[in-house]
Amino acid sequence: MSGLNLSHVTKQFGNFTAVNDVSLSVPDGTFVCLLGPSGCGKTTLMRMIAGLDLPTGGSIELGGADITTVPTHRRELGMVFQSLALFPHLTVGENIAYSLRIRGTPKDAQKKRVDELLAMIHLPGFADRSVAKLSGGQRQRVAIARALAISPKLFLLDEPLSALDAKLREAMQVELRQLQQRLGITTIVVTHDQREAMTMADTVVVMNGGEIRQAAAPVDIYRRPADSFVADFIGQTNLLPVEADSAGRASVLGEVVEGIALPAGTAKGLLSVRPEDVQLTAPGHGAIAGTVTFIRDLGGAIETFMEAGGAQVIAVSAPRNRPDVSVGQSVGIRLDPATSVVLAR
Amino acid sequence: MRREPPQRLADYGPLFFPAGMLTVFFVVPFATMIAVSFFQREQGGFYTAAFVFDNYARFLSLFFGKVLGFSLFLAVAVAVACVVIGIPFTYLLSRSPRKIQIVWLVALLSILSLSEVMIGFAWSTLFSRTAGITNLFVWLGLMVQPQALTPSFGAVMTAMTYQAFPYTVLVLYPALVRLDPTLTEAARTLGASPVKAFFTVVVPALRNTILATLIMVFIFALGSYLLPQLLGRPQHWTLSVLITDQAIYQSNMPFAAAMAVFLVLVSLALVGLALYAGQQRQAK
Ligand SMILES: Nc1ncnc2c1ncn2[C@@H]1O[C@H](COP(=O)(O)OP(=O)(O)OP(=O)(O)O)[C@@H](O)[C@H]1O
Ligand SMILES: [Mg+2]
Repeated sequence: MSGLNLSHVTKQFGNFTAVNDVSLSVPDGTFVCLLGPSGCGKTTLMRMIAGLDLPTGGSIELGGADITTVPTHRRELGMVFQSLALFPHLTVGENIAYSLRIRGTPKDAQKKRVDELLAMIHLPGFADRSVAKLSGGQRQRVAIARALAISPKLFLLDEPLSALDAKLREAMQVELRQLQQRLGITTIVVTHDQREAMTMADTVVVMNGGEIRQAAAPVDIYRRPADSFVADFIGQTNLLPVEADSAGRASVLGEVVEGIALPAGTAKGLLSVRPEDVQLTAPGHGAIAGTVTFIRDLGGAIETFMEAGGAQVIAVSAPRNRPDVSVGQSVGIRLDPATSVVLAR
Repeated sequence: MRREPPQRLADYGPLFFPAGMLTVFFVVPFATMIAVSFFQREQGGFYTAAFVFDNYARFLSLFFGKVLGFSLFLAVAVAVACVVIGIPFTYLLSRSPRKIQIVWLVALLSILSLSEVMIGFAWSTLFSRTAGITNLFVWLGLMVQPQALTPSFGAVMTAMTYQAFPYTVLVLYPALVRLDPTLTEAARTLGASPVKAFFTVVVPALRNTILATLIMVFIFALGSYLLPQLLGRPQHWTLSVLITDQAIYQSNMPFAAAMAVFLVLVSLALVGLALYAGQQRQAK
């Protein structure tokens, strides 16, 4: 089978398990984002894919061959480090040509490829510059070009954009995604910025505590989170307790909500409702009773915080749908069953 | 913080102490030595103040030329040996667990507390026929008969390298610890084997530190006068040995001073050349 396949990959440092039984299939040409809170094992997983750390269990396959113990330098991959790790003693051109020089590529072919890559990263004519004299964004691009010089089978980036300011980061996200689509190269990016993951990825892999919680397309991750961790980690959500009443209907905060069903055999769960799917109405008529506690006007969106049955509920609305409520007012809360997801408690 | 150039004499205050130390312990003795090097030697006595070039003229002979050449060669050889062994050693040391690093550094520092005399006698025992390491080789079956390894050039080199090695490690260590470990990892992902990564990334990235270490060990080795006498044959004696001989045993201070001045000038010239060469490559 082609592509990248991880099966039951595990990494232990002493008796601490940094990556626990991770299995993942990445088809050729896919853009994958590893997303998760700090310390969840993203870097460790990526280092094992690169061969910089050896797994303590499981195997890694690339293009049909088992590469679990193949040394890094024979894996034909490109990697961009968080620190970029540009060689300070080499010029921009020499940095980019490093992998070609190591492989004994003729000088003129090296030069041709360097010029090609410099054009690709929009830095033509920079070959003779010293890397110390580049801006952050330029260094970033040079690191990317260096990793792509041999047209690797696999392109790995560990938090490549975290050192850039917000504006440049957004621009680079788009640029990186376009570049990946043009080259059709299998790419794995580690990030803990979920916006970044949503912008770039074909597949978002959400990790926590060394395990994969969900691997799916960005929209699915957002719309159909697999568990409460994913629902809470990706975007904003209301996680409300849902219980089955005596008649078997789902009740949320004391009101029966039509159209929501608990999985067969369970009496309790958590309902994940995105704030934009929460509607405010007049109290009564089967709506959940709540009280407005705080209103935040962010300009582009208005967030209404409410207290209902001991839980906090947040609603987000666009300015032109501004709810006509004020702090302390009693309101009715309606949840959209079509976009709500019942998760295990 | 605002910085402005010193205005009044008192602003130079902090500089007085180091300047004073430098004058008392370096400028004055060195100036005295230069002066003495032009003095006239009194046969059977000491010297009288004069301004003659005799001492330098005597020095310009094939014999002293050879000794100078050998001294410089030995110092360069020791410097190169120290750096060649020191870089991989310190690199591995800087990548090993903290505990191991501390043990090694303490061991190396304790070598510094040994005097040149002790190092010399220790090695001459180790290299002797009766009590030396060759007995161990015989016992291991590597040699047929124990053998004296001293006096020889190898013995001089070994002891001098041993003596200068701690300094080498102490100069290289901070630079290697500070070197970003992801640089070698990046090189490996780009297709370089660990050994190739070491030579194409670690060594070139540390070029200035390596140059500084070479110069330091070179100068350190140039001043060594006990080890060549203890472990070498007369043809392995360095200019420093001859200077000691002239100054202490022959009581020929002016000639010793002239040789010392000459040695300082030659080594300064070599150091300048090395720095210049280093800068040329940097500018490229
Ligand atoms: N060499 C090591 N020895 C012991 N523990 C380690 C080692 N490397 C990583 N760990 C531990 O493994 C866990 C996962 O680390 P990792 O660097 O993979 O996290 P991460 O997801 O990349 O986090 P971040 O977003 O902060 O970079 C952490 O708890 C870390 O302390
Ligand atoms: Mg990390």
